[in-house]
Amino acid sequence: MDTMELIKEAMGLAFMQRAMIVGTAIALSSALLGIFLVLKKYSMIGDGLAHVSFATVAIALLLGASPLLVSIPIVTIASIFIMQLNEKAGIHGDAAIGLVSSFSVALGVLISSVAGGFNVDLFSYLFGSILAIKPTDMYLSIILAAIIISLIILFYHDLFAVTHDESFAIVIGIGTKRMNYLIATLTSITIVLGIRVVGTMLISSMIIFPTVTALQVSRSFKSTIIISAIVSIIAVITGVLGSYIFNFPSGASIVMINAFLFIVFLGMKRFIRI
Amino acid sequence: MKSKLIEVENLSVYYGQHQVLRDVSFVIEEGDYVGLVGANGSGKTTLVKAILGLVPVTKGSITYHGSGGVHKGVGYLPQVAVTGNTLFPGEVHEIVAVGLLGKKKFPKRITVDDNKIIDEILRRLDIYHLKHNKIGDLSGGQQQRVLLARAMVSSPRLLILDEPTSALDPKIRTEFFSLIRKINEEEGTSIILVSHDLSSIKKCSSKIMLLDRELLYFGGTEDFNMNVNFVEGIHDHHNEEAVN
Repeated sequence: MDTMELIKEAMGLAFMQRAMIVGTAIALSSALLGIFLVLKKYSMIGDGLAHVSFATVAIALLLGASPLLVSIPIVTIASIFIMQLNEKAGIHGDAAIGLVSSFSVALGVLISSVAGGFNVDLFSYLFGSILAIKPTDMYLSIILAAIIISLIILFYHDLFAVTHDESFAIVIGIGTKRMNYLIATLTSITIVLGIRVVGTMLISSMIIFPTVTALQVSRSFKSTIIISAIVSIIAVITGVLGSYIFNFPSGASIVMINAFLFIVFLGMKRFIRI
Repeated sequence: MKSKLIEVENLSVYYGQHQVLRDVSFVIEEGDYVGLVGANGSGKTTLVKAILGLVPVTKGSITYHGSGGVHKGVGYLPQVAVTGNTLFPGEVHEIVAVGLLGKKKFPKRITVDDNKIIDEILRRLDIYHLKHNKIGDLSGGQQQRVLLARAMVSSPRLLILDEPTSALDPKIRTEFFSLIRKINEEEGTSIILVSHDLSSIKKCSSKIMLLDRELLYFGGTEDFNMNVNFVEGIHDHHNEEAVN
């Protein structure tokens, strides 16, 4: 069977259709949020929150509850806690993320070792499994992407101001705290939904790679948003299809495509400015 | 008689247990050009940040008498160029447009008229040709002008400039001071200019404010010149402290 036939076959399968839809929605959400996180030097919050979601999935499996229902509120609280550690306790962003992240992994490992029996399920959350994507994940991902796009259109100028110069944004009366908490909350939900596709170990790459790739050639904020979203969607679609055709893990395939695109854009940096 | 613009009464600011400002009181009137001077650690930046609402006031009060409050009436040029990240994807016109957001209501949009205002300020500051350049690609002096355009674009009644010339070479520094003088004289915009550069401040400002955690002098530049030995004594004292 040649590659085109394999792609046609893949697109006819219900689980692949779900994986494509969820993947595209998460690609869009993570790329759009990634611009604000990377430029505000909060890139690693994705990694930290993914580790928190590892613990929450372990808790959910232990309780026999829905991982989504358990993870979304706890990961959101963790993101707010990280920002509070930064603001109130004066612990810098990277250290605050490190504290919460390592505590969460330790908690997840302890729960899985004590409970036992669900390590196979937990492994699928570590590296992602497109076979495990349910219709609920699909609907939630579409709603999330729609919310993020709407909020970015509505608050575009405020978000730009907060990302470029937070002090100036405060001086002109923009609710910077509200903006930061909004981004943190949306990032938490994106991560929880995205770990089905790429896993807790690799989800942060979907936040960081597309933005850093777009920054190599972009001149304006708008072009960064557009390029980043396109790069992210291409990486997810080719990664998911590639994983089906070559029987590779989906998460690792998406990261590899992202890394390849980054190198290509880095090479184009001197010649192209969009 | 000129009307009051900012009134500061018995202002004290603490960072934890450390007192940075002690019982500072003064009034800035419409059209004033105040040079705010003092040694490192004297509380200059803290004072302007307190006026702008960037640091909490521990004791005392700051009253802005202009219409629309500080958010709409004050333009601010921060101490350090924030565009240290050369990859930041912002074109000059996008950065300047941020200065208009304080006067806008949700959902904030940059209109055709706003773009005309942005073009006008870019022309005035002689950076119109850089309109579509990425901010990170500009020199220090050009970036400073872009941030000044952002501070001025909303036609504020008061312009607060915190060490605006620290990253500029002497020629551009002189040009910058002339430009600020012109804005003050032609448009009546009040200015608070924070600087280490006492000689330049004395040449351009109409009033001088000398700070050393408390207010040591606030008055006309000419009267200040008569007390110059006293002031230099304070600077020497601080320099000795710094060396020790």
